[in-house]
Amino acid sequence: MINFVLLISRQGKVRLTKWYSPYTQKERTKVIRELSGLILTRGPKLCNFVEWRGYKVVYRRYASLYFCMCIDADDNELEVLEIIHHFVEILDRYFGSVCELDLIFNFHKAYYVLDEILIAGELQESSKKNVARLIAAQDSLVEAAKEEASSISNIIAQATK
Amino acid sequence: MARDLAPEVERLLLSRDPNTKKKAALCSIRIVRKVPDLAENFMGSAAENIKEKHHGVLISVVQLCTELCKASKEALEYLRKHCVEGLVRILRDVTNSSYAPEYDIAGITDPFLHIRVLRLMRTLGQGDADCSEYVNDILAQVATKTESNKNAGNAILYECVETIMSIEATSGLRVLAINILGRFLSNRDNNIRYVALNMLMRAMAVDTQAVQRHRATILECVKDADVSIRKRALELVYLLINDTNVKPLTKELVDYLEVSDEDFKEDLTAKICSIVEKFSEDKLWYLDQMFKVLSLAGNFVKDDVWHALIVLISNASELQGYSVRSLYKALQAYGAQESLVRVAVWCIGEYGEMVVNNINMLDVEEPVTVTESDAVDAVELALKRYSVDVTTRAMCLVALLKLSSRFPPTSERIQEIVVQNKGNTVLELQQRSIEFNSIIQRHQSIKSSLLERMPVLDEASYLMKRAASSQATVSLTKSATTATPAGSLKIPNGVVKPPAAPLPDLLDLNSDDVPVTTSATTTAPDNFLQDLLGIDLTNSSTAGGAPSATTDILMDLLSIGSFPVQNGPPTTSNFITPGQAVTKHAPATPQVMDLLDGLPSSTPLPDENTAYPSITAFQSATLKITFSFKKQPGKPQETTMHVSFTNLTSVALTDFMFQAAVPKFIQLRLDPASSSILPASGNGSVTQSLSVTNNQHGQKPLAMRIRISYKVNGEDRLEQGQISNFPAGL
Repeated sequence: MINFVLLISRQGKVRLTKWYSPYTQKERTKVIRELSGLILTRGPKLCNFVEWRGYKVVYRRYASLYFCMCIDADDNELEVLEIIHHFVEILDRYFGSVCELDLIFNFHKAYYVLDEILIAGELQESSKKNVARLIAAQDSLVEAAKEEASSISNIIAQATK
Repeated sequence: MARDLAPEVERLLLSRDPNTKKKAALCSIRIVRKVPDLAENFMGSAAENIKEKHHGVLISVVQLCTELCKASKEALEYLRKHCVEGLVRILRDVTNSSYAPEYDIAGITDPFLHIRVLRLMRTLGQGDADCSEYVNDILAQVATKTESNKNAGNAILYECVETIMSIEATSGLRVLAINILGRFLSNRDNNIRYVALNMLMRAMAVDTQAVQRHRATILECVKDADVSIRKRALELVYLLINDTNVKPLTKELVDYLEVSDEDFKEDLTAKICSIVEKFSEDKLWYLDQMFKVLSLAGNFVKDDVWHALIVLISNASELQGYSVRSLYKALQAYGAQESLVRVAVWCIGEYGEMVVNNINMLDVEEPVTVTESDAVDAVELALKRYSVDVTTRAMCLVALLKLSSRFPPTSERIQEIVVQNKGNTVLELQQRSIEFNSIIQRHQSIKSSLLERMPVLDEASYLMKRAASSQATVSLTKSATTATPAGSLKIPNGVVKPPAAPLPDLLDLNSDDVPVTTSATTTAPDNFLQDLLGIDLTNSSTAGGAPSATTDILMDLLSIGSFPVQNGPPTTSNFITPGQAVTKHAPATPQVMDLLDGLPSSTPLPDENTAYPSITAFQSATLKITFSFKKQPGKPQETTMHVSFTNLTSVALTDFMFQAAVPKFIQLRLDPASSSILPASGNGSVTQSLSVTNNQHGQKPLAMRIRISYKVNGEDRLEQGQISNFPAGL
């Protein structure tokens, strides 16, 4: 199972974290600090797997972002690499040529996407089309809700005039 | 909360919407992980949902099944019966399906599903022959058909090979798997190689021959630039080592040790040391390798490794000359490595004359001319170097002392060197330098016997000690002494403590500073030192006991001359206290130990009769009371004691009465005394026997309060005391 997902920029800034195992707040900061140190210092030619505290951490670098996933010792690392790539492709399809800025400004959407792909540390959906469809459905819900809210405020505004 | 929500989730698992289904399945996984008992509830619905078409649902459900199998045996059985055909069907469909743009990744349809199904097959097929047979074909198909130029394909192949290794596969399938592994190993991609090394470790259990074939490649991987790969490769090499290939492999590893970087050196050193020790049949080779390792990475060598080395050297008498000479040479070249310095200095100290006189040359050696002062130079250099720590300095001092005995002409110079440390701030070094200085100066006569060659360190008991690796209790050392002849002394970090014979001399010399190294050295392995002291203790005590037993009985104190114990009582008690757990406070009454007379030279007699030495329980100006013990073998809680009273005054004591009180957990029975008149000046003694039963035998030691009342010249006298120096184990 995937214990947590971590997105770190080249400068060590955390862009996204998702924890599928219980970690206290202090533990989380400690883990982030340790892994940042471990992964950011690795050279480009080295393999994408690091052994850490009995777990394996699979990471991949996309432009200036490192996508890290921590898995148990008996999981298939190559598969997790594929899962990371799957996630990135869906993000790409959703945001249209995604860059780090997109993730910074729309981090909530990034979390929605992640939730559609992974639950309880396991893969949920292997079809990019389905995920895109689900997210689109969610988005339209959000739109509709927004509209309703704005219309009510219109009504109230009018009513209190 | 998981239990409350479980029925809800179950219901949702059976709903129509695939979206809900897949999320419900994954939710159940979480629940099952938290509460494995609920696994049975989900069994049925999971098996049902295997027939779904939607990939998302399939992936989640298959994962759920895997989790269920892990959680409960029942679920495993159930799923084995119902799901295997379904799984094979799914895998066949997905492998043979044509291009499906929705699920396609790198030319393979839905690799995730492949992998999940393969993993479930692994769980179901493990240990079950039928299931394994059923999936054989599809496994073969997947293994051969999958393309391996992209990561997705490799991921599937990886999972496939793992599955083949775990289930009861046919040999053909196994060969297929090993071939795939071989291909992986020679792949240029780091990831693939890492994964391959991982799998090879598993494959070792299945087919060691095949793995041996790839030895060369694996060895290459040890030197790879990538840290993860190096670690894996090293572990794999360690597993691969057997009698035939140990020498070349070790040679490779040691060569690499030279060029490897610091953080890897530690792992590498540890591995090499354990390899060498495991295959240490050929002593010469073992010594060679160890010397090399010490020279290259001495700082990373653990303490017990070089302890074992010293034990071996002391046992291998024909190789001692060779060892000393090699170490001397190494010391010249690699003086910065701590452990090397320690071992070398110890050996030079012990076998100094072999270096100088080229004794016992082996064929492979070239003669080396080393003069006595060269040897002293080497040790002095080691001593003076700024980077050495206390233990090494201490060992150097001891080595110098030994050399002063072996090479008398250098005695003066050595004394000068030793004296320089007289004012050292470290207590250990100061103490040693002062003691050794006084030995050199004033005690020429005993010096040579003091500094004789150490008796051979007993390997067997050393190894036993290491295996136990617990605090050596006195009882343990007792058994060790009875087992081994010739007073085996464990090395406390190379501190040479000569056999018990001259020990009292040292005690006499330094009435204040008992040469107990437990005080200052924190690095010394305490258990060895306690060992040492314990052994000396039991040696002396059994030796003390021996004469007493052979003079028939303790009662008869007329056999005077056997117990001149009173010499140096404070030192003996100080000596006992650190080593003995039993004597907690420095008792005023010293134990009956005949240190000066019954010196065991080098062979203390383990005396089976006196398992518990007699003690002088109480002594005053007028009276002396001695206890001797007897235990029956089957009843450890009961002890029979014989008490003997001696009158030390010149007046007879009348109306003599002895009373004793014991703590609650002990029962006491006192027999009547032999007489109530104690003749004067020890002309006779009164005896009394008593028996105690210790209900908390082993947990609490024996203790007793005594009261003696008597009349001297018509006056009543009363004496009281407490006895707490009972031997341990009563």
